[in-house]
Amino acid sequence: MITVNNIKHQIPENKMELILSTWLREDLYLTGTKIGCGIGVCGSCTVLVDGEAKRSCKLKLKDVLGKQIITIEGISDPDGSLHPLQQAFIDAGAIQCGFCTPGMVLSALALLLKNHHPSRAEIREAIKGNICRCTGYQQIVDAVEAAAHIMYS
Amino acid sequence: MRPAFRNDAYAKVSGKAKYTDDYSMPQMLHAAPLHAEMASARILDIDCTEALKLEGVKRIITARDIPGAIKFGQIIRDYPTLALDRICSTGDVLALVVADTREHALAALPRIQVKLEESPALYDPEIAMQPDAPLINPEHGTNICNYHCVRTGNLESGEQEADLVIEQSFSTSRVEHAYLEPECSLAHLRADGVMEVIGSMQHPFSTRRFVASTLGLQLKDVEVKTVPMGGGFGGKDDTAALVCARAALCAYLMKCPVKLTYSREMSMRESYKRHPYTMQYRMGLKKTGKISFVKVRMVADSGAYCSVTPWVTWRSTVQCCGCYEVPNVHCDVYGVYTNNVFTGAFRGFGSPQVNWAIEQLVEIAAEKLGMDELEFRRLNMVKQGSTTVTNQVLDTHIVSLKEVMDKVLQEIDYETKRSKCSFGDPNQDKWYGIGLAISYRGMSLGAEGTDFNSAIINVQPDGSVLIETGVHENGQGSESAMILIAAEELGLPLDRIRYRQPSTSNIPDGGTTVASRGTLLGGGATTNACKKLRGIISEVLMHVYGKAAERFIDAKILDASGELICSWEEAIRLCYNRQVYPYAFGVFQAPRVSWDEETGHGDAYFTWVYAAQAVELEVNPKTGTVKLLNLVAAHDVGKAINPQMVKGQFYGGMTMGAGYGLLEEVPLIDGNPIPTNYHQYRVYRATDLPEMTAIIVENPDPTSPSKAKGIGEPTLEITAPAIANAIYRATGQRYNHQPIKIRRAQQ
Repeated sequence: MITVNNIKHQIPENKMELILSTWLREDLYLTGTKIGCGIGVCGSCTVLVDGEAKRSCKLKLKDVLGKQIITIEGISDPDGSLHPLQQAFIDAGAIQCGFCTPGMVLSALALLLKNHHPSRAEIREAIKGNICRCTGYQQIVDAVEAAAHIMYS
Repeated sequence: MRPAFRNDAYAKVSGKAKYTDDYSMPQMLHAAPLHAEMASARILDIDCTEALKLEGVKRIITARDIPGAIKFGQIIRDYPTLALDRICSTGDVLALVVADTREHALAALPRIQVKLEESPALYDPEIAMQPDAPLINPEHGTNICNYHCVRTGNLESGEQEADLVIEQSFSTSRVEHAYLEPECSLAHLRADGVMEVIGSMQHPFSTRRFVASTLGLQLKDVEVKTVPMGGGFGGKDDTAALVCARAALCAYLMKCPVKLTYSREMSMRESYKRHPYTMQYRMGLKKTGKISFVKVRMVADSGAYCSVTPWVTWRSTVQCCGCYEVPNVHCDVYGVYTNNVFTGAFRGFGSPQVNWAIEQLVEIAAEKLGMDELEFRRLNMVKQGSTTVTNQVLDTHIVSLKEVMDKVLQEIDYETKRSKCSFGDPNQDKWYGIGLAISYRGMSLGAEGTDFNSAIINVQPDGSVLIETGVHENGQGSESAMILIAAEELGLPLDRIRYRQPSTSNIPDGGTTVASRGTLLGGGATTNACKKLRGIISEVLMHVYGKAAERFIDAKILDASGELICSWEEAIRLCYNRQVYPYAFGVFQAPRVSWDEETGHGDAYFTWVYAAQAVELEVNPKTGTVKLLNLVAAHDVGKAINPQMVKGQFYGGMTMGAGYGLLEEVPLIDGNPIPTNYHQYRVYRATDLPEMTAIIVENPDPTSPSKAKGIGEPTLEITAPAIANAIYRATGQRYNHQPIKIRRAQQ
């Protein structure tokens, strides 16, 4: 059993070796999880596994049995309204091509769940596994800083 | 500052935005490319017997299956969609496996038996350009892909007038775009006979030409549609169109939808890189500090194919002396075929290489003259009314070079900090340095191409507005810029306007979205379409109310005295009632530019932008590591349409530019890129960078209908030489090769 965005999925034996990102994208149609490198170095495929940011292209389904997975599709409300962190990304101008954005948001969310008032250096540390080729990261750091303020003060 | 506006932000931040690989279709098949194992060879045989026996494999397609032209190209048609009988590069594709799943297609690749007869390869452009070298592209008749020159003034008199002559060589590396989304395309033959293509590419019209040429179809029978793209930076101009042409070829032959998704490894192997340059400069100087002449020879490695090498090297030619007045110029620039991975468009487009050299050279010159490098720059830089080295007079816009430089110097406190530089002081544990670079940049395509764009504004009966332009959304926010321009021109709130993602069948060919031309050209067309639309509405209101519409503001239409005529909605209702469509087609044609290939003279670009950047850094003498401490940039953008997005271009460009200076290169073995993925091709991450400062300078440009100019490329083109100058002040050493690898202090 794997729980994805609060929905439980039974996993047949023949799927145990499947890569998590492939399963999310192709079986569950959760295409917000992106594939940028396929070897776990770019961070585009980041998802939350029991609240920790993990690279889903490096995990097999057998590695996450019994776990709670949250993808980018799982952090907004069912009515489509955005998580404050997502809104902060929009307001800070932290989005350009958008390909890194889902992974970046989830890495930042994993940080904020543990550290409610991170410094800019701590934010940079938390997202260093996520490559962004467009923004130079500065407005992403701005967004996470602003979101922390909105969420926890 | 206004909050950022992006029409696509919700889709992207929620994960709902669908990029090409996120789409699938019923009965869709998957293709995978087989790349060449050597850089120069004759193809003797491609045996697919064993591969075809594998599970799920439907067909293996080779060049012999191509119904149209095998080769295509934007300038020279030398690139084979699939290699027929010769291999010129390890990026060449020999065959496409089509299978029921991507995994099955990939699994079949190693089972294709290819027999090659290796032939001598040329990896050094200096050797390749010798008259007796074997020809890489025999149809071209020479390995010199192209040549440009500038002959201004008289070199001999320049030499005679010089009190001091300096000579210096510089070189740069191949660099990977490293856009986060690898190439992908999904094509299907529609029931109406149209080949419909989506893909990760930044030039839908060129993609349409590639597809139509490969399939032997007319342009009307190919429709390329736009979907979100995960970064391009110039890199999705050519290769991406080839990937689309291959997907379309498979779909055409299989009569069902085919998706071709590249892995990062395929992308890095095949996609074109930034041109590596070698540049030999000779500069004459007068005691007064004025430059008396520049003689320069540049060689750019085009790799196995032309791509846009003639255009890239043309920009290097026009900007060969940087942003300085030089009365006597002798410049020769060659683009040369080799068997290396090919090179093409990359953000900056021939300027980062030249700026790398010239912005170091002016500091070397100033030092030799015993002059302050700022004073030397101020003395020689272009000013209002200056004549460029190609004999263009800069008088159509504000020449703000001194303004941007002064703003950066003041913000970073350059002159105070300069005295604290280490110059390799052996008594210091950390070496501090500060460095500056400045530039001008011709906007848009210039005399290298036809330069026009169009916009369609289609007001619906309820007063809501659909707009589209011939500009492509690469991630920079071009759609948002067009919406903002239209909202201002029509006096409407943003939520009344939707950008309709255009297709190549719906809007005229607007050229490629490169050259920092999106906001300038597309914005110009949008502005002109809005003006036309206002005229249409005004004519209707004149009939009804006897008043001319003068101002469109807050969804109201006012007359010359500021009196309300009617609301926007009422005006649109009146239009439809009177059988007048509130619909306008606007065009912006770039003002005339000119170029003489013999002399290298002409009004190369219709307008220019000006830039300055400064860097502070620290070098660890023991480890040779460089820590960036501060980056400051000032760029004249004409008018900032979406200031937060303009700043995003600053930060992103400086980051890519810093990577160019210190980190990024694609070494080759026998013509093939060594890095295969991000673990070997390092780009800057969040922890590698300091906080950056972006100073937006606005001098509205009279030649631009929207008053805005471009910003995408200027931000990248001077960060690396600013770093090189800072490294010099930190270490006392000049580094002429990019990227800089610090020579560690002697123990």
